[in-house]
Amino acid sequence: MIEIRGLYKNYNDTEVLRGIDLTVEDGEVVSVIGPSGSGKSTLLRCINFLERKSKGDIVVDGKVIENNPLEINNLRKKIGMVFQSFNLFANMTALKNVMSGIVTVKKETKAAAEKKARFYLDKVGLLDKVDEYPAMLSGGQQQRVAIARTLAMEPEAVLFDEPTSALDPELVGEVLAVMKDLANDGMTMVVVTHEMTFARDVSDKVVFLSDGKIAEMGAPGDLFNRPKNGRLKNFLSRMDLADKPEKRSAGV
Amino acid sequence: MYETIAGIKSFFMIVFNYAPMFLPSVWITLELSIFSILLGTICGLIVNLLKMTKIGVLVAVADIYVAIIRGTPLLLQLFFIFYGLPQIGITIDSFLSAVVGLALHNGAYISEIFRGAIQAIDRGQNEAARAMGMTKFQTFRTVVFPQAFKNAVPALGNQFLLAIKDSSLASIITIAELMTKAREFAAATYSVFPIYFDAACYYMLLTFVLARLLNMLEKRLRVNERKTSL
Repeated sequence: MIEIRGLYKNYNDTEVLRGIDLTVEDGEVVSVIGPSGSGKSTLLRCINFLERKSKGDIVVDGKVIENNPLEINNLRKKIGMVFQSFNLFANMTALKNVMSGIVTVKKETKAAAEKKARFYLDKVGLLDKVDEYPAMLSGGQQQRVAIARTLAMEPEAVLFDEPTSALDPELVGEVLAVMKDLANDGMTMVVVTHEMTFARDVSDKVVFLSDGKIAEMGAPGDLFNRPKNGRLKNFLSRMDLADKPEKRSAGV
Repeated sequence: MYETIAGIKSFFMIVFNYAPMFLPSVWITLELSIFSILLGTICGLIVNLLKMTKIGVLVAVADIYVAIIRGTPLLLQLFFIFYGLPQIGITIDSFLSAVVGLALHNGAYISEIFRGAIQAIDRGQNEAARAMGMTKFQTFRTVVFPQAFKNAVPALGNQFLLAIKDSSLASIITIAELMTKAREFAAATYSVFPIYFDAACYYMLLTFVLARLLNMLEKRLRVNERKTSL
């Protein structure tokens, strides 16, 4: 459903993305891994035009998205995004956060929006926190509200930009669990992550990004167990995957 | 000793006798202040919206307006509107001149207060709203401005107090507000000190009430913050 064709992005003289071609099928979960500075977040942010690409095309449902506000907004209604720093609206309660897009963007009535918002807050297990402001919630709870807020827009796909990187280790599990449920429900997801266990166990396809290029891409089993690319081998050994599965899988 | 007591007594006699006579002018001062605060706030908001459009002409209009207002004295601005505009065929009555002058004046400063408060909002708030498909304006209205306004309240309060006091300058364009009346009464009675004491008390009263209201507003807007014992 999402196709990235020949994507380049530079900031002045620095080339961050150097020709990315990637297809995300309907219902597919794609994990993007790689060292910091390899362009993972930029790639994700180019998909929904939070970052303006320098060259290349973003194609959604077979249609090239033109660089104008109307097409960009339509694309954003289809493809939601979850951020590393949650970015819940500080001036709204959890419920209002989740309702905001339904009321403002989709123009549904407040009553309908509230019903939907409660449904999705229940889905992420936070129905008891509806009236809390973000400042009163833990990082994990904030991220779950943020996921509910994105889901409430009923998108066709969700982009996750390092959704657990800002969380205390003991809170990572609750967010990954929600994401795993979502993957099992058949949601199309592109996940930039440092959680190798998640990438290995949940995704259909893993993309290893290095220096703004896709260095290796494939099924998680192949990528993690039989890496071909030298940098990927190096990266995986540094991620120290060996001692993580037991610890992390407890939460997932 | 006796003379001192008699002096104090006569001072307060004049203060109390003249206090009620100020009331109509207090009302005018209040009207000037309320109009200039409300219209000034709207003005400040419009300036920020113009700048947000990123359309060259509109941004330039906003910048020039702020530069002129901040670069010239309020006294001169009021003179210009009241005495200058009629010379090019635009005649407006003195009260309207004062309201327009004070509102434009406050608007320029309030726009800068809003600008600072808007810039202080984390970029992520904006990004999250835009990523949901909100337009620039929807994002501003529902996410950025409510937070910016809350942060702006202390500085806005400062400007609002200034607005009350600056309304006294309207006395030079023949408006019968508090300061005009004080000058009239003082000239008629030669009791300069007690008469101006009255005026000072009224200004204190107005600013005190406003300061308290702003304080209450600030507390009410703090509901979304984590409570601390510090």
